[in-house]
Amino acid sequence: MPLSLEEVEHIATLARLELSAEEKTRYRQQLSAILDYFRKLQELDTTDIAPTSNVLSGDSPMRADESRPGLSREALLENAPEVARGQFKIPPVFDA
Amino acid sequence: MPDLIDLTLTQTIAALRNGETSSRELTRACLERIEQLEPSLHAFLYLAADSASAQADAADRELTALRKANSQSPKPLLGIPIAIKDVLTVEGLPCTAGSKILEGFVPPFTATAVKRLQEAGAIVIGKTNTDEFAMGSSTENSAYGVTHNPWDTSRVPGGSSGGSAAAVAARLIPAALGTDTGGSVRQPASFCGVTGLKPTYGRVSRYGLVAYGSSLDCVGALGRTSEDVATLFQIMAGRDPLDATTAEVPVPKVDFAGVPPERSTGRSRSTQSKDAAPLSGLRIGVPQEYFVRGIQAEVEAGVRKAIGVLEGLGVEVHEISLPHTEYALPVYYIIAPAEASANLARYDGIRYGPRLDAESMWDIYYRTRGRKFGAEVERRIMLGTYALSAGYYEAYYGQAQKVRTLIKHDFKQAFEPSRCCAQVDVIAAPVTPTTAFPIGAHGDDPLAMYLEDVFTLPANLAGVPGLAFPVGFDSAGLPVGMQLMGKHFREDVLLRMAHAYQQVTDWHVRKPDL
Repeated sequence: MPLSLEEVEHIATLARLELSAEEKTRYRQQLSAILDYFRKLQELDTTDIAPTSNVLSGDSPMRADESRPGLSREALLENAPEVARGQFKIPPVFDA
Repeated sequence: MPDLIDLTLTQTIAALRNGETSSRELTRACLERIEQLEPSLHAFLYLAADSASAQADAADRELTALRKANSQSPKPLLGIPIAIKDVLTVEGLPCTAGSKILEGFVPPFTATAVKRLQEAGAIVIGKTNTDEFAMGSSTENSAYGVTHNPWDTSRVPGGSSGGSAAAVAARLIPAALGTDTGGSVRQPASFCGVTGLKPTYGRVSRYGLVAYGSSLDCVGALGRTSEDVATLFQIMAGRDPLDATTAEVPVPKVDFAGVPPERSTGRSRSTQSKDAAPLSGLRIGVPQEYFVRGIQAEVEAGVRKAIGVLEGLGVEVHEISLPHTEYALPVYYIIAPAEASANLARYDGIRYGPRLDAESMWDIYYRTRGRKFGAEVERRIMLGTYALSAGYYEAYYGQAQKVRTLIKHDFKQAFEPSRCCAQVDVIAAPVTPTTAFPIGAHGDDPLAMYLEDVFTLPANLAGVPGLAFPVGFDSAGLPVGMQLMGKHFREDVLLRMAHAYQQVTDWHVRKPDL
């Protein structure tokens, strides 16, 4: 099994996911099986192969650097779980 | 005139123009059929019945005025109801992406692809079901329940655009939008017996699309015929200043009248006979790697028979090889989750969507994400996070990006002149190894589900267009599909070829018993 329980916990922390003990066990087993399968890629020698970062060969066109109207503050705050004085409200970030 | 719901999009447009029906009648026919069949299909997550009816009345006033003035509408889709996969935003309509983490979210803007259809007169009737964040091959990963296949409601419709495919197949709607990151338009189109186009990467704007794998995501269309899909595609496609990845490549008008497109080789055509076969001068390649052990015999037979039909229409058939096909699956399931792990970082319970309250920001993130994401989304976020994490990046993500280059090269070799192999215009292959599988068949085995995508992933990794359409039925009465893959920005060739096929076959007009 390529993944230890500690590794699963570490990944979940990096990904900001709260997992139950049962989920950790299940994901450990499932992700290990998937990672095992990925080992297939090591069969290929890719020493001189460049990685693909864009499937199209053309350059990305640049747009003019001009300002344009955006959405209003009201529209952007409409979906927020908590709003105060026209801003997103969150708990304190620094200890008092 | 036949029942309104049985008309194709193309026929519906004509019927509206001629005044044989009204947008009101059409919209009502769709809404009535949805009401009747939704309990057994669950294709929709949201219905915009009131706004659609109001828009239909406005369209009818416009159509009446135009008819009085004896002029044609400049809006090709005026009064036509369509459905939108729930990963594309429509201002004012809830957008969940099939996830609890976007429950209640009402976007303040409309996706460019949808906006262009609306500007052409289309009416959005509702949002269709999808696997959560388009991650899945069956719609079983939707947080709001599975969609059922109209041909056999105990089976999946495919995914992730399963709601759109089922809605078109069951004739709830003439056409719908879907998205395709690893096969999510083509695979459900195949499972439901409809026509579905994944355009070239960069062809259709993704502004307003809930991002999954940004180097792969494409917005596509599903309809009953190639002509229907071409109509939507041509309106949606083209450069959008709001999406920097859209290409500045002109969108050709798809010519269904039948002049073979110019070949890129400049090879002399003088030796060809001047016969009138609609597809003469085109070459298709059949990749041996797509006909492997494990493929359902009836799927292989259906696809081979369809290739025979195309041959009868004038195409030249060559056996070809895409040698890195078997690596597409591990490459995709590293790259897509890696991109997803970054794209889905934005769902944090702060700016939109539900929030699980906690004392600290940290705990808000943890708890909201841990409780509101479904299992498959969590798995992919974790896979991607792992593949990008220190110490593993080169072995997983780095290697996957390099093998992606090899897969891309396979296609280049098939489409461009080379010393080793036949040069083709189009590649023909099965869409899936089997027809639609039963709901629950893959239980809690994610790898078994991933293997369903084995034939659709390569086109996404290479960025080439793909078109799926029905070519038969298996002994259980389930649709068999075939896909055509083409050169970058040559959707027109695929659409024309499928159209010629649909002129001489009737698989695409078969209707499920519901």
